[in-house]
Amino acid sequence: MKPTSFSYHRPGTLPEALALLSEYQGAARILAGGQSLMPLMAMRMARPERVIDINRIDDLKGIRDAGDTLTIGALTRYNDILRSPLIAAQMPLLAEAIGHVAHHAIRNRGTIGGSLALADPSAETPATCLALGARIVAQSTSREREIATDDFFDGLMSTALEEHEILVAVRIPKRPTALPHAFIEFARRKGDFAQAGIILAPAHDGMPENRAVIFGIGPTPWRSAALEAAFGGEGFAAAPKAALKDELNVYFADDEAAAFKLPIVMTLAQRAFARLKP
Amino acid sequence: MTEVVPAIGRSIPRPRAKRLISGRGRYTGDITARRTVHVAFLRSPYPHAIINSISADAARSLNGVVLVATGADIAQHCKPFAGIHRLFKGMKAPDQLPVAVGRACWQGEPVVAIAAETRAIAEDALDLIEIDWEPLEGLGTPEKAVAGVVVLHDKLGDNIGYDGVTASGDIDAAFAGAAVVVQDTFRFGRHTGVSLEPRSILAAYDPSDESLVVHESHQCPAQQQAVFADLMGLQEHRVRVVCPDVGGAFGLKQQLYGDELATCIIAKMTRRPASFIADRVESFASDNHAREHVVEARMAFDPDGRIRGLMIDDLFAVGAYSQYPRSSIGEASHVAALTGAPYDIAAYQARVRMVYQNKPPVGHYRAVGHPIACAVGESLLDQGARALGLDAIAMRRLNQVRDGSGPHTSHSGFVLNGLSVEATLDRVLEGFDVAAFRKEQAEARERGILLGLGIANFVELAGTGAPYYGESGAPVTAQESCLVRFEPSGQIRCHASATDQGQGTDTAIGQAVADAIGVFFDDVEVISGDSMACPSGGGAWASRGASAGVEAAVRAGRAMRDEILRLAGLILQRKPEQMTVAGRVIRDASTGAELVPLKDVATIGHYRQHLLPPGTQPEMSMLRSFVPQNQSFLTTNGVQLSVVSIDPGLGDVRLLRHRVAHDSGTVINPMLLNEQIRGGVVQGLGAALFEEIRYGEDAVLGTGTLMDYLVPLATEIPDIEVVHVANADPGTTIGAKGAGEAGTAGAAAAVLNAVNDALALIGASVNTLPITPERVLAAIDQVTREDQQAPGNYK
Ligand SMILES: Cc1cc2nc3c(=O)[nH]c(=O)nc-3n(C[C@H](O)[C@H](O)[C@H](O)COP(=O)(O)OP(=O)(O)OC[C@H]3O[C@@H](n4cnc5c(N)ncnc54)[C@H](O)[C@@H]3O)c2cc1C
Repeated sequence: MKPTSFSYHRPGTLPEALALLSEYQGAARILAGGQSLMPLMAMRMARPERVIDINRIDDLKGIRDAGDTLTIGALTRYNDILRSPLIAAQMPLLAEAIGHVAHHAIRNRGTIGGSLALADPSAETPATCLALGARIVAQSTSREREIATDDFFDGLMSTALEEHEILVAVRIPKRPTALPHAFIEFARRKGDFAQAGIILAPAHDGMPENRAVIFGIGPTPWRSAALEAAFGGEGFAAAPKAALKDELNVYFADDEAAAFKLPIVMTLAQRAFARLKP
Repeated sequence: MTEVVPAIGRSIPRPRAKRLISGRGRYTGDITARRTVHVAFLRSPYPHAIINSISADAARSLNGVVLVATGADIAQHCKPFAGIHRLFKGMKAPDQLPVAVGRACWQGEPVVAIAAETRAIAEDALDLIEIDWEPLEGLGTPEKAVAGVVVLHDKLGDNIGYDGVTASGDIDAAFAGAAVVVQDTFRFGRHTGVSLEPRSILAAYDPSDESLVVHESHQCPAQQQAVFADLMGLQEHRVRVVCPDVGGAFGLKQQLYGDELATCIIAKMTRRPASFIADRVESFASDNHAREHVVEARMAFDPDGRIRGLMIDDLFAVGAYSQYPRSSIGEASHVAALTGAPYDIAAYQARVRMVYQNKPPVGHYRAVGHPIACAVGESLLDQGARALGLDAIAMRRLNQVRDGSGPHTSHSGFVLNGLSVEATLDRVLEGFDVAAFRKEQAEARERGILLGLGIANFVELAGTGAPYYGESGAPVTAQESCLVRFEPSGQIRCHASATDQGQGTDTAIGQAVADAIGVFFDDVEVISGDSMACPSGGGAWASRGASAGVEAAVRAGRAMRDEILRLAGLILQRKPEQMTVAGRVIRDASTGAELVPLKDVATIGHYRQHLLPPGTQPEMSMLRSFVPQNQSFLTTNGVQLSVVSIDPGLGDVRLLRHRVAHDSGTVINPMLLNEQIRGGVVQGLGAALFEEIRYGEDAVLGTGTLMDYLVPLATEIPDIEVVHVANADPGTTIGAKGAGEAGTAGAAAAVLNAVNDALALIGASVNTLPITPERVLAAIDQVTREDQQAPGNYK
């Protein structure tokens, strides 16, 4: 459990970091909180030749109120988000979700950008950002671009981020404070990655559609058409079990795993919709 | 000067704990030696494969690599070894070598050893080794192994290492005349100890006098000294094994490991100190595992709930080899010995089969065999109660071995002495209102939550005596010794053969010696874990520290006190029996008057012998030993009670309450005792709900890290209440009994019974541990297949 040898860079500014990243394209990895990258390197599942530590880049830290959206810098730690009054007031769903991430020691270091870039399908933050209709801000030496979270998670631990890009921030449309939401997950132990989770975020001015996200199953979090169809009206009583099963079957080659997950997803969905009721 | 208060019975904190929590632990990995080489092993990626060839030239030429050794290279420096226990007639075990030669038999078996200037370089070199593998079919389940789909070791003829039957009474008549017979097949997952400190070793060989000094994270330094000397052909008195601070052991660090022997051999080959510290990933693949049983069991009852007979058939799947030197059979033999042991059962039959398969060896893990025996017996008893419509607690009372009935030969032929099954059950239920719980259970069900109450009685075979390993052929002793030194300062040093991996054994020994002599606990220092500095003895296993280890210490302490008083008598011209040692002074026994400082006696004994009467030879140290000579085990018992809630929509089981009543005999240190029991319970709760090393049919490992192998965390564990029945053991001076394994022995069974009590509300049940959400949902699904609603809707 010793990493292969690597060169370590610690740039002080974003342009320096981007320059290093484009110079060593393919051979370099960004180091943010290190809570995933370091174990991967220790187990030699990741063997970067160069590690670019972005922890000194202050521009990447912090939460800003940008009118219709909140912009959260990539290097903002989970615990800073949890303690932020701005998040508590404007984005309680995000705080609730992050409360389920790991344990204090990990939340003290782990970053929102690291979690989004890693795109673990069982992680709370990517799924929540998808449910909130967030946009990812990616920057390279040549340009800055925004990617809708709907287009961002494109495979198992794979994203639309390009090798020479740094994820600099996530922009989340503000939600009216009175609007209900539901976050529910099932984990074996407190702080574990979810076995399955469901997030419901009803539409509002900044987000024209009702969103229902399922995570912890399959290669990425996904917007569930079956659950989104259940918003409003009769609610979940008329739950489309068959449609949900079809969605699950996309991800499970073997029926047994789907058979185990389906009742859990059904239970979580029922409970999530119940929470939306005032 | 404060008065001396007896140390026994007080919650004295462990002196070691202060050092450990201030970051000053001295673990094997903290010990440095100049010119150390660091060893890493290439481990088999296959469960079963022929090694056609190994090309290691590139690895050898990597800068910083000192040695690349194959199994054949290592084998030139040692004898093969086989984990046979001669008490078990007909037992078969294959020969082993430290590193595989020609064939790998489990995924994780060491195949090539690399010694380099750093561990990182050694790992780099692993990448450069090429092996031409020829994969073979792997045996990944007990059933596949017993069927002999592949015969793992040609010389054995089949995969069955042991097949034996224990029986008493007329089993056919017992079942034929039964009002009710319950029957089930229980499956127990494979576990491991997960010590915080992984296995670690630092070996230094000196060719000038052919001596070997080994620092090793281990429980049994004397055993390791004998094993290393024997297998490497060294003179035993030139081998020293030091076990410094050990960060958890749990039975996992009680045997010989091939990679550790190979590290000693590498020290000899390279003539440099060699260090090997297992990392967490290789620990899962190479530490001894435990459990993995499939038990078919039946219990027959009379209409009033009396147990008529019990039959079990335990298929116990070990690994590719039997662990050395103690063998792997212990767990199965304990299942046969202990199933149903808290009860009077007239007819019994237990068959145990130990089978080999392509997995790491199965070893001794806290409460060897006990959790299996307890779960099987206690679950059948509950099933009987349900079938007869009787109260399970009343049924236990009806069948329990009576307290105070003296030595009792169990249905499995073991002499169980001084049991207090009735008292512990009463004690665990004190303050627990069963009727109120049943009401709460009914109310919860209205809300869709299933609550369950489980109780599990257990009997423990602790403090193993001389016959068990005496007959085995292994260099394992049941004897403990203690050397007590009356130092020139008037203070005491003890050198104990019993060892301490965090249990607090050293503290208990210090308390016992302090009281035996009459001095302050703070004036006693205990040294343990060194095969050279301490007398030879067992170390730590089978909950023996507080019984055998403390007994040797008490005897040595009393002998030392007698000598101190003899010397004081000579100095003061008084009768020794009219004086006592009291803290730092000697007093008149009847008046309490202070006679002489203890230090003055020490000074005369060490420096001023000319002041003593002519012909007096002071003895400033005393060695005493203790062995339970004729009893196989020192028996004790306890009971656990568990309350769980099940969320039927998710299959999720939560632990709400856990209570233990245990007979630990005389309580030496209440705090340490309670924490031993709690720690044991937590490991048992892990077995009940979380921990499982998963393998495929082909024996490919599915749980590589702590992300997959779930250990219980503080957030999952309720407050564990511990109460005692102090029924002193008559066989020792102090009367303390084993307690280190009690928690693990009964916790899983209590949870299993609680879960089934809850599931019985909807007609479901489980019989496989750990009880995962998948298994609970599958059990629920079976009874509600017709119900198309989500399974959350139970009413
Ligand atoms: C014991 C444990 C339990 C955990 N439990 C949970 C849990 O329950 N839920 C959960 O969601 N997570 C969990 N995690 C993971 C944790 O949330 C990680 O911290 C997170 O996934 C990654 O964030 P990081 O800042 O540590 O990223 P790092 O580990 O530093 O990096 C992760 C990856 O993202 C890349 N990266 C990081 N930042 C950027 C950036 N700004 N731009 C481009 N690429 C970037 C890195 O190159 C790397 O590939 C757990 C981790 C541990 C150790």
